[in-house]
Amino acid sequence: MCVRPRIRIAAVALLGTAAVLAPVGAPAQLTGAGATTTAAGPAPAPARQRELRALLRQDCGACHGMRLTGGLGPPLTAEALYDKPADSMTETILSGRPGTAMPPWRHFMTETEAAWLVARLRNGTIDAPDSR
Amino acid sequence: MHPIPAESDRAASHGLPTTGHAGKGPGVPAGCRRAFAVFAMLAALALAGCAAPLPLRGTGDLGVVIEREDGRLQVVDTSAHATLGTVDGLGDLSHASVVYSRDGRYAYVFGRDGGLTKVDLLERRIDRRTLQAGNSIGGAISQDGRVVAAQNYAPGGIKLFDARTLALLADIPSAAGPDGQRSKVVGLTDAPDGRFVASLFDAGEIWLIDARNPRMPQVTRFRGIGRQPYDGLVTPDGRYYVAGLFGEDGVALVDLWHPERGATRILDGYGKGEARLPVYKMPHLRGWAIADGYAFLPAVGRHEVLIVDTRTWREVGRVAVAGQPVFVIARPDARQVWVNFALPDNGKVQVIDTETRRVTATLAPGRAVLHLEFTPRGEEVWISVRDDNRVVVYDTATLARIATLAANAPSGIFFTSRATRIGF
Repeated sequence: MCVRPRIRIAAVALLGTAAVLAPVGAPAQLTGAGATTTAAGPAPAPARQRELRALLRQDCGACHGMRLTGGLGPPLTAEALYDKPADSMTETILSGRPGTAMPPWRHFMTETEAAWLVARLRNGTIDAPDSR
Repeated sequence: MHPIPAESDRAASHGLPTTGHAGKGPGVPAGCRRAFAVFAMLAALALAGCAAPLPLRGTGDLGVVIEREDGRLQVVDTSAHATLGTVDGLGDLSHASVVYSRDGRYAYVFGRDGGLTKVDLLERRIDRRTLQAGNSIGGAISQDGRVVAAQNYAPGGIKLFDARTLALLADIPSAAGPDGQRSKVVGLTDAPDGRFVASLFDAGEIWLIDARNPRMPQVTRFRGIGRQPYDGLVTPDGRYYVAGLFGEDGVALVDLWHPERGATRILDGYGKGEARLPVYKMPHLRGWAIADGYAFLPAVGRHEVLIVDTRTWREVGRVAVAGQPVFVIARPDARQVWVNFALPDNGKVQVIDTETRRVTATLAPGRAVLHLEFTPRGEEVWISVRDDNRVVVYDTATLARIATLAANAPSGIFFTSRATRIGF
């Protein structure tokens, strides 16, 4: 149905990096975004959140559907994403995915903003009122 | 010979208009007239419920503007530069596209959510609606106007419907792509002799579908045409089908006069091995630009429009433009080609002179130009400007803005003149 995200390799690579960098005694971070520089930093300001949502719906939506139910690209609903590694998704947004139609978006958002989008998409709160 | 009955003047009998309908109701039914005669009081109430009879008019200067976030379309009058009304309830209209019945009265609207809706432009209401797939990207109407074809992403394939009733006539599953899933279908178009042509994004194939018997369509497959065909077009004479490739620099071509010769590759390596730019929006080929024997095609991932001689199908030049082209569309007389662009250059529109092959004007209609549509003979072009919530109308000779219509995040614009054109 859709191009399956090839995320395993990226996830392993990130985990590997984290394992090297993370101090002993902090294994919980290995599975979370906090283990790498894609750490969920401060949420974007409300105005920027609105811009990111608009970008998501209108421009990501060109391939993933305005309602994020998929198209040329896979669906971005919480149901489709909740069990996918957040770090690799953030990396996919920023760098794209060669061999597919997914382009890099790093000129349009920061790493923190991409991580915020991923977190909101994964837990289904992308349309929740602007907040922290 | 053909199993589908001819279309009657009025497809269905109408009762009293219901409040749920957008736009105007049908003509005054007999029941209302009786009410007038017998009870003055009830007559007044009935009058409130029964809209005045619709004035007689043709549809040749009508069209629709998609308001995709609202699942709604506007019915517009291109002579009056006015919105006549709206029709709601069309579902997810991201990437919605429209084809017309050959009488120009009905718009068939293909929604992302698989919705196929037949909209009556005159009465401005939904005539029929069906949810025919999980994820859809567009469709086409047959040469004789009797069959509507939908191209679907999920489940991947093509479905044929009776244009009058929207009853399913045939389901044509697509071939599997490398991941084993049914391929997404793109670039569906009608073609002469009762055929349709489409491309399979994942499988890298072109399918020629003989739908003269739409309950038993015959499929001819062209395999190995190139990686990831993303859209297709048929030339205005209906002879050639052209599929743009996303997965490599090149274009696949089928001569529909001679399908036995197979698909050929043209424009191989037009990117000359240079790394392409990130593509933030797939170009569209539909809404072709064939002008003076030359095809003007968007170069994927490049700020260029490619010019191809349609007699030899060799590149004869390219035009540097302001961004990555999305739509490259010839004015109906082919004197100009108009181009809009992907993010981040989507606030501009450029005009190419087809004789000198140079950009002669750069316009700034507003924020996020999504689509453009020429009036039937091309004296005007209507441009949707999503983030400014308006449709801007330009005089194509003077390039002056001559009208603005309010619309909520407008995307596609489709005029009924498409009803009479091959490939639309």
